Amino acid sequence: MIILGIETSCDETSAAVVADGTQVLSNVVASQADLHARWGGVVPEVASRKHVERLLPVIFEALESANLSLRAVEGIAVTNRPGLIGALLIGVTAAKALAYGWKLPLVGVHHLEGHLYSNFLAAPDLAFPFICLLVSGGHTEIVLVESHEQRRSLGRTRDDAAGECFDKCARLMGLPYPGGPHIDRLAASGDPQRIAFPRAWLGDSFDFSFSGLKTAALRFLETDGGRTPQEDVAASFQAAAVEPLVRKTIRAAQTTGVRSVAVAGGVAANRGLAQAMRQACEEAGLRLVIPPPSLCTDNAAMIAAAGAPRLLRGESDPLSLDSFASEPVG
Amino acid sequence: MPVAHTHNPEETAALARRLAAHLQAGDLILLQGGLGAGKTTFVQGLAQGLGVGEPVTSPTFTLIHHYSGGRLPLFHFDLYRLEGEQEIADLGFEEYLEQRGVIVVEWAERLGSLTPSEYLRVNITRSGESARAFDLQPFGTRYETTLSSALSGAFSENDPC
Repeated sequence: MIILGIETSCDETSAAVVADGTQVLSNVVASQADLHARWGGVVPEVASRKHVERLLPVIFEALESANLSLRAVEGIAVTNRPGLIGALLIGVTAAKALAYGWKLPLVGVHHLEGHLYSNFLAAPDLAFPFICLLVSGGHTEIVLVESHEQRRSLGRTRDDAAGECFDKCARLMGLPYPGGPHIDRLAASGDPQRIAFPRAWLGDSFDFSFSGLKTAALRFLETDGGRTPQEDVAASFQAAAVEPLVRKTIRAAQTTGVRSVAVAGGVAANRGLAQAMRQACEEAGLRLVIPPPSLCTDNAAMIAAAGAPRLLRGESDPLSLDSFASEPVG
Repeated sequence: MPVAHTHNPEETAALARRLAAHLQAGDLILLQGGLGAGKTTFVQGLAQGLGVGEPVTSPTFTLIHHYSGGRLPLFHFDLYRLEGEQEIADLGFEEYLEQRGVIVVEWAERLGSLTPSEYLRVNITRSGESARAFDLQPFGTRYETTLSSALSGAFSENDPC
């Protein structure tokens, strides 16, 4: 089954063509990289107007690079929750128009469910149940994925997301955007034990907290005045951010008796996290799946993958499909 | 102008809970204060005070969080990632003002000329390791009333709890 995926929930305008929910034929994301570099900060594509301008060219490019015409598409999956309501509506409206015009089944997808399904694109043989650490600029959550229909959130951040903490710390260190990869690069040659940044363990909970680490980094940089090498600051910060992510994920797998662990979301591209997670999974005898960065950041291929099980079962949502600004993944 | 002092995040949340009890549909709260000042903690207290059951997290990347489970809808904005007024306008900020909920905005100084004439400004400064000073400034009679009823006997200058 050829599925067209559409994602416009926040910054990115993306369209993708995915076969049978596992094989990516194309995955186009309108990029803002040049603007990011010029601004030295995030330039979000908040304007619904920008999504309107870009969405059709992005859809056509996705079809062209998959070497397919619209005629070949057999189903449409679109992000309809959660996100910026104006941005979501653009994708949902386009998806409805295409579904109506071409008489195609349409399904609405939860954005975070999309991230979970990026793992099936990276590892089509991944079996239920598995633990997924969903870690990005906007979310940090441990999810027990039991089947296509059943999942349970075991814990989530109580304040800032991990990716937000990386970005804010990078800005404090005067690093260019995007900050996460710069911290990762510097950390590779730094001493992770140089500065004892706090780790938020929160008892036995699978919840996270990163606002204390952000504040500790701010206080340290204020008083240090640039004396400590940036490599050591980055390595110490990264270790403090990564340790709770890895340990809680492993403990979640052990507590639930699950044998496979997956990581998804933009921070999954962090090499320090990947390395620590690989080592911990090896020691615990767990299978680890980490999708490539192109599938970890917001993209429409994961939305197509998440919509596939319902479309393959012959289900579809009505053309009255609504968009929702908020809804927990639960 | 009234200044409230808190000694830790729990007291900050308690201060916000008290304020929440006096908020009405259409109220706008603009938060100012640097990284780590306690803006998100303050909003968590507001949400608790309004009876929102869901956990409140930072909307830095997601820009707007909407909570509908409380006494009034709560719209939590974070303008940290936004640089220009045009971007904020594109986000639909002015449309949210019509929504009959409570709007609370982090990094509100970025609103610039989009700042409405009436609102409650909360300026947070660090007065110690975990102590914070909250400078509460009403703009417009509606917010003078809200603030005076929230302040009357609710908390003294030095003790919010």
